[in-house]
Amino acid sequence: MLYNEPSPLEVRLLTRRFGLPNSASIETYLATEGYVAFRKALQMSPEQIIEEVKISNLRGRGGAGFPTGLKWSFVPRQSPKPKFVVVNADEGEPGTCKDRVLMENDPHQLLEGMLIAGLAVGAHTGYIYIRGEYRYLIEIMDRAIEEAYQHGYLGKNILGSGFDFDVYTHTGAGSYECGEESALLESLEGKRGIPRIRPPFPAVVGAFQCPTVLNNVETFCAIPAIIRDGGAAFAALGTPKNGGTRLFAISGHVNRPGVYELPMGFNLLRMIHEVAGGIRNGKKLKAVIPGGTSCPVLKAEECDIPMDFDSLARAKSMLGSGGVIVMDEDTCMVKVALRIMKFYAHESCGWCVPCREGTLWLKKLLTRFHEGQGRRSEIDLIGGLARNMLGRTFCPLGDAAAMPTISLVEKFYEEFEAHLDGKPCPYEIKTAVRV
Amino acid sequence: MTFSPQLEARFEKLLRSYPPGRQRAALVPMLLYAQDEVGAVTPEVVEEIGRRLGVSTLEIEEVISYYSMLRRTPAGKHHIQICTNISCMLLGAEELWEHACRRLGIGHREVTPDGQFSLEEVECIGACSWAPALLVNYDYHHHMTPEKLDRLIESLRKPQ
Ligand SMILES: Cc1cc2nc3c(=O)[nH]c(=O)nc-3n(C[C@H](O)[C@H](O)[C@H](O)COP(=O)(O)O)c2cc1C
Ligand code: FES
Repeated sequence: MLYNEPSPLEVRLLTRRFGLPNSASIETYLATEGYVAFRKALQMSPEQIIEEVKISNLRGRGGAGFPTGLKWSFVPRQSPKPKFVVVNADEGEPGTCKDRVLMENDPHQLLEGMLIAGLAVGAHTGYIYIRGEYRYLIEIMDRAIEEAYQHGYLGKNILGSGFDFDVYTHTGAGSYECGEESALLESLEGKRGIPRIRPPFPAVVGAFQCPTVLNNVETFCAIPAIIRDGGAAFAALGTPKNGGTRLFAISGHVNRPGVYELPMGFNLLRMIHEVAGGIRNGKKLKAVIPGGTSCPVLKAEECDIPMDFDSLARAKSMLGSGGVIVMDEDTCMVKVALRIMKFYAHESCGWCVPCREGTLWLKKLLTRFHEGQGRRSEIDLIGGLARNMLGRTFCPLGDAAAMPTISLVEKFYEEFEAHLDGKPCPYEIKTAVRV
Repeated sequence: MTFSPQLEARFEKLLRSYPPGRQRAALVPMLLYAQDEVGAVTPEVVEEIGRRLGVSTLEIEEVISYYSMLRRTPAGKHHIQICTNISCMLLGAEELWEHACRRLGIGHREVTPDGQFSLEEVECIGACSWAPALLVNYDYHHHMTPEKLDRLIESLRKPQ
């Protein structure tokens, strides 16, 4: 099902089957070039597959934007241990809701991407780790898996090629941290989702201590198109080093929030005004968090920017998970900082002291601030505490909490000042309500 | 303790999903699926699953306390989970949350005396572009308003 109207500005590659009748069924999939890329990959060597993915300039859609082909090449060729393919379908980054529509509308595309990854690294088993709240997607994926077995695209000796591949779904049970790759692997083994120290990286020591390819749902979903049409065609859709399209989840104060597939490097202002219909109620744009709450905020005047990994890095923010959170002029940025910190304090797994204590302290501080009980010296304390968390934790959750906070204090200092000395929030205690 | 044949079938499939000697991997899914049937992760559930997987009660307790969806006591028949994270908050989720509390006369992780409803304020549920959003058990409801919530509660209250 689609939850918002598509936009005519979209370039529909991963979402090309969305809206077709029974788009999730294997019949629809096979009628629309489904499993064509996998058949092609069966004729290719593992090196050729990985080379094609490298040429495509596909970068991980889970958040960090690591080049996918390069990641796959780190999996040891010769290994006495079995290898695994793991899909990260934990989708927990606030502002992000794209993996959900990919699995709901085109589950076979994900399975085909996993199969090709299996061929590329010599893995014969795949797991799809799906967040617990997405129960209906487990049912959709399980149905698709069953269809794939029935049609001979999973199981033993697939299409007579001698290649075996099995896929299983695995449910989480409520934890943002389990989206972090090493915590996910712990969770997959039936333990608390505590991150692992790296190196070794999952490519070498991953699921069940074996070499593992771990990618985001959207990353795997891009693979069939890359193999089918060639890596160069995919790369050409985006900007240099940022291949392809991306599913942007636009949310917040826009007229037409929704998930839209746009070429990498699409201008953020155009995205807000032309794709998402502009700011609601004729208000002015104040700020955007461009890639989920872990990313530093952009002020309105910084939003004339191509949405790709490198352009956002140059602007000292991140493309992250592609969750574009748009805020209008009536939004209290202290409240935004508080709500984001409340989330990270809740989700910190408690393993590292800077993250566990830092997020809690910042949450308390920001709560008091927002109530008008802040002291001037504490504005710098907020930024200072956050800076002290950076790079000092096992996993990047601490950084994810610190980065937006640092940017909010820096870029909206005057809003923090406006909350001093018992002054009530100028935007009222809550952000503007416009339901 | 015994589970339904459907749940047993699910467990059996799960136990076949992992490499040999790695059956503990089924722990979190088993706990959640058992909770869906029993209503909560009761001491009996812990003992039974521990016995089947060969995992001690203590280790299971450790796991349960980590995952926010696992509960020791049953939720209401209709467990309403309202997201108040940023995208939902920007479109009025806090007001929606307060409305729900007033309307049902309960707060976070509380159950109505008749056992029909429970409430939980949750973090992002992956519906940000269709905010404000909530879940009733595992069903998504998008673009919520206090009025729509009232209608939803009424329709759930009706005997099916
Ligand atoms: C706290 C935290 C939460 C994360 N959550 C997710 C998630 O929900 N989904 C996801 O794909 N990646 C998530 N990531 C990123 C993963 O660790 C990992 O980089 C990613 O899944 C790799 O896939 P990719 O290369 O295809 O992006 C998270 C990272 C951190 C630090
Ligand atoms: S912020 Fe509410 S669903 Fe994502």
